[in-house]
Amino acid sequence: MSFKLLLSLLAVLLASLLGGCEDSGKLTLSQRSIIYCSEGSPQSFNPQLSTSGTTSDATSKLLYNTLIVFKGENNILAPSIAKSWHVTHDGKKITFYLRKDVQFHQTAYFTPTRTLNADDVLFSFNRVLDPEHPFHLVSGGDYPFFQGVKFAQLVEKVEKINDYTVRFILKRNDSSFLANLATDYAVILSAEYAEKLLEANTPNEIDISPIGTGPFYIKDYRVGSLIRYYRHEFYWQEKAKIEQLVYDISPSKTSRLTKLLARECDVSSYPIAHKKIAERSDLHLESVTSLNVGYLGFNTQKAPFNNKLVRQAISLAINKQAIIATVYQSQAAYAKSILPASSWAYDKNTPELGYDPARAKSLLEVAGYPEGFQMDIWAMPVPRPYNPNAVTMAKLIQADLKKIGVTVKVVSYEWSTFLRRLSLGEHQSFLLGWSADHPDPDNFFTSILSCSDSKVASNRTFWCHKEYDQLIKKALETSNINKRKQYYARAMHIIYEEAPLLAIAHSKRFQARSTEVEGKILSNFGGVSFHQVAKALAYDKSAKQAAQLNKVNE
Amino acid sequence: MLTFTLRRISLFIFTMLALTLLSFSLSFLFPGDTVINHSGQINATVTELAKLNEAYQMDKNLLNQYGAYLSHIFNGDFGQSMASQSPISAEIIKLLPATIELSLVALLIAMLVGIPLGFIAAIKHQKTSDNIILSLAMIGYSIPTFWLGLLAILLFSINLGWLPSAGQISLLFEIEFVTGIQFIDILLSDSPYKWQAFRNASAHIVLPAFVVALAPATIFIRLSRAAMIEVLAASYIRAARAKGLNFSQIIFRHAIRNALIKIIRHVGLQFANLVTIAMVTEVIFSWPGIGRWLIESIYQRDYTAIQSGLLVLSCFIFIVHILTDFIYAALNPLARGNKHGS
Repeated sequence: MSFKLLLSLLAVLLASLLGGCEDSGKLTLSQRSIIYCSEGSPQSFNPQLSTSGTTSDATSKLLYNTLIVFKGENNILAPSIAKSWHVTHDGKKITFYLRKDVQFHQTAYFTPTRTLNADDVLFSFNRVLDPEHPFHLVSGGDYPFFQGVKFAQLVEKVEKINDYTVRFILKRNDSSFLANLATDYAVILSAEYAEKLLEANTPNEIDISPIGTGPFYIKDYRVGSLIRYYRHEFYWQEKAKIEQLVYDISPSKTSRLTKLLARECDVSSYPIAHKKIAERSDLHLESVTSLNVGYLGFNTQKAPFNNKLVRQAISLAINKQAIIATVYQSQAAYAKSILPASSWAYDKNTPELGYDPARAKSLLEVAGYPEGFQMDIWAMPVPRPYNPNAVTMAKLIQADLKKIGVTVKVVSYEWSTFLRRLSLGEHQSFLLGWSADHPDPDNFFTSILSCSDSKVASNRTFWCHKEYDQLIKKALETSNINKRKQYYARAMHIIYEEAPLLAIAHSKRFQARSTEVEGKILSNFGGVSFHQVAKALAYDKSAKQAAQLNKVNE
Repeated sequence: MLTFTLRRISLFIFTMLALTLLSFSLSFLFPGDTVINHSGQINATVTELAKLNEAYQMDKNLLNQYGAYLSHIFNGDFGQSMASQSPISAEIIKLLPATIELSLVALLIAMLVGIPLGFIAAIKHQKTSDNIILSLAMIGYSIPTFWLGLLAILLFSINLGWLPSAGQISLLFEIEFVTGIQFIDILLSDSPYKWQAFRNASAHIVLPAFVVALAPATIFIRLSRAAMIEVLAASYIRAARAKGLNFSQIIFRHAIRNALIKIIRHVGLQFANLVTIAMVTEVIFSWPGIGRWLIESIYQRDYTAIQSGLLVLSCFIFIVHILTDFIYAALNPLARGNKHGS
């Protein structure tokens, strides 16, 4: 008797386990949600505080909005929280007119009583600008993006004209200012929430349990394991198509791949085994060419690279195609100059120092090194999007340069030591790169090669060229696009002639997703977005087939 | 029965004493300061250290120190994890139920599969099916767990896509932590997706549970086969046959009951084996249990966690062992009769 009972119980259990008795009329939980396998934990939930890609992936476009955004193929500035804006003739006063219907998140820890207004905008920017601000030093007081673009030196002050009008007063005209406001880092926080936290004496919470206006809010965060987002039901734009978004934090590359193949995550960041994913009909591998550049820089203050002929010779002797095939596994665009071809300022006619070992050898003879010389290349110890394996790249360059008689020693230090000693100028040449924060071309020209940056920040070639510097300065002072194009074309030509560095490749960012997931997630720069993402109904065969077709077409 | 109980309890107490003595001495054997190994407070200030030294009576002799250590343990204070700086007892309470859940399900599978197969082999003693079952058991016993786990993921998760490969339940479901045993928590929760969650959790446990169950199942096959052969050769079976009972009556009414009693005795022993296998399996299937936590602690040189984790785990296994002994004694009057000497 009892045996039979057990058997029938087992049968019921099995049936309920295997049976596909879904309510086909209603969407299941998994059809209304998306699991994203991300590569790491965010450093903070406030993108003002960090420039790491992982952090902006998990925060910027999910939790927050910015005053203005980049839209479309050409990255034109478009309204967001600010429904319009006005720039005075001298370019020094910029007025933003805010929307009146922007709701903040309502969560377990905070219920907003008002919609977004000028106070929130003032709060968000004054926190960064004003060292006396009660929140300036909360969570460390470091605002790396804003420090990088010298925001505090540029902005005189931010004024509230009325409840829905804000004016930025600049010390000088800067045509990249608006682009900076549209980046992932210039997000708007809630002043009301901050006030409440200050009263409760827990100001740190503002970056741990965030409140924003974005399409999702945070429901749950378990360090190193998962982030759970819910849809913001009162989002001022069309609300997100999915109800729940889960970031499954999986730092191991193989576990991300396993979860993707086993369909435990719908979307996976930075996948490995591209071939295997491409083979599967239910998965889709996609990539965007990021706005970045990986390059070989020369220390122009040190012999022999203080001689531009030597720099040109070395540039000519390096086979970039071979590097792209090996180090980037052909998943990168060939770089002619520091600016990617997708930028509006890119000049197609810029000449380049292509692979030509014979000419390199003759240039070396002219420069007075017929027998070649010895040099070192500093290779970064960590993989970055713009250079996945610097040591291998250095070894390839070593082999190339051997052919023209130059002996290369590859040097590598632990990452922070590497950067520190690089800033001290101990190197002869180095492999590094740059990822753009926004699509304005200035972000490349100024950060990598300008004189001011050669002293303090990111120009490790220590190259300082007066004409180049004037050109990029002039380009910032005008807002006439054609004029800016001309200036930047000339600047690119100077880089070609002077060869302070050799741009190697613009890499791609990869992502894999299930074919059921529709909508744009990746963009050329900045964090991922899930606002427009939806899941095709599993029962809707036609949608699936369409997805399949799309895949074939690509 | 009273003597039996007293005996088991005294055995339990002495074993526990030996275990705590071992874990106490580990603090001295591990590198670093003893009191820091005890408490796990690596960032303690001078005053905090002085307080700790007093609490663990470090200035007195070893016996006093051991006493202080014991009193900490009895108060549920296992110190804090050196890696995460959170109390170890809290971490264990969160993780142990997941391991218990996995082990119990695996044990159930091992018994449900292994015992009937063993009986069949015994009934068909020295025939083809007996040989097949025995060789399968041999092969199953020889397969290393980690290899089997990876193969299972490759086949069932990646190639066939039938079952998930990682975790206890899909991250989409929010199940509040009550008992820690996922299935019970799901039933207790007021989530509108209860049954979806239940099905999902069941699908998640299938692969790891079968992987854990394989080795014990093969042992159960051999045990039950041997027990059944012995029972079938007993004179009361021959008597039953002579009385004219048919085959199924003999097997179901007489043979199985008597053979089962012999097997139950080994369940406790097998459980220890099973938990060891579960620890490896938890790592492969990212199962959030104590085994994975313990192995991570070893990687991170988290001595306090290793020490307390071992203590709790061995204590748990020992309790299970004693419980099965009681069940065995309750079922089999002969075992209680040991007091007369045998």
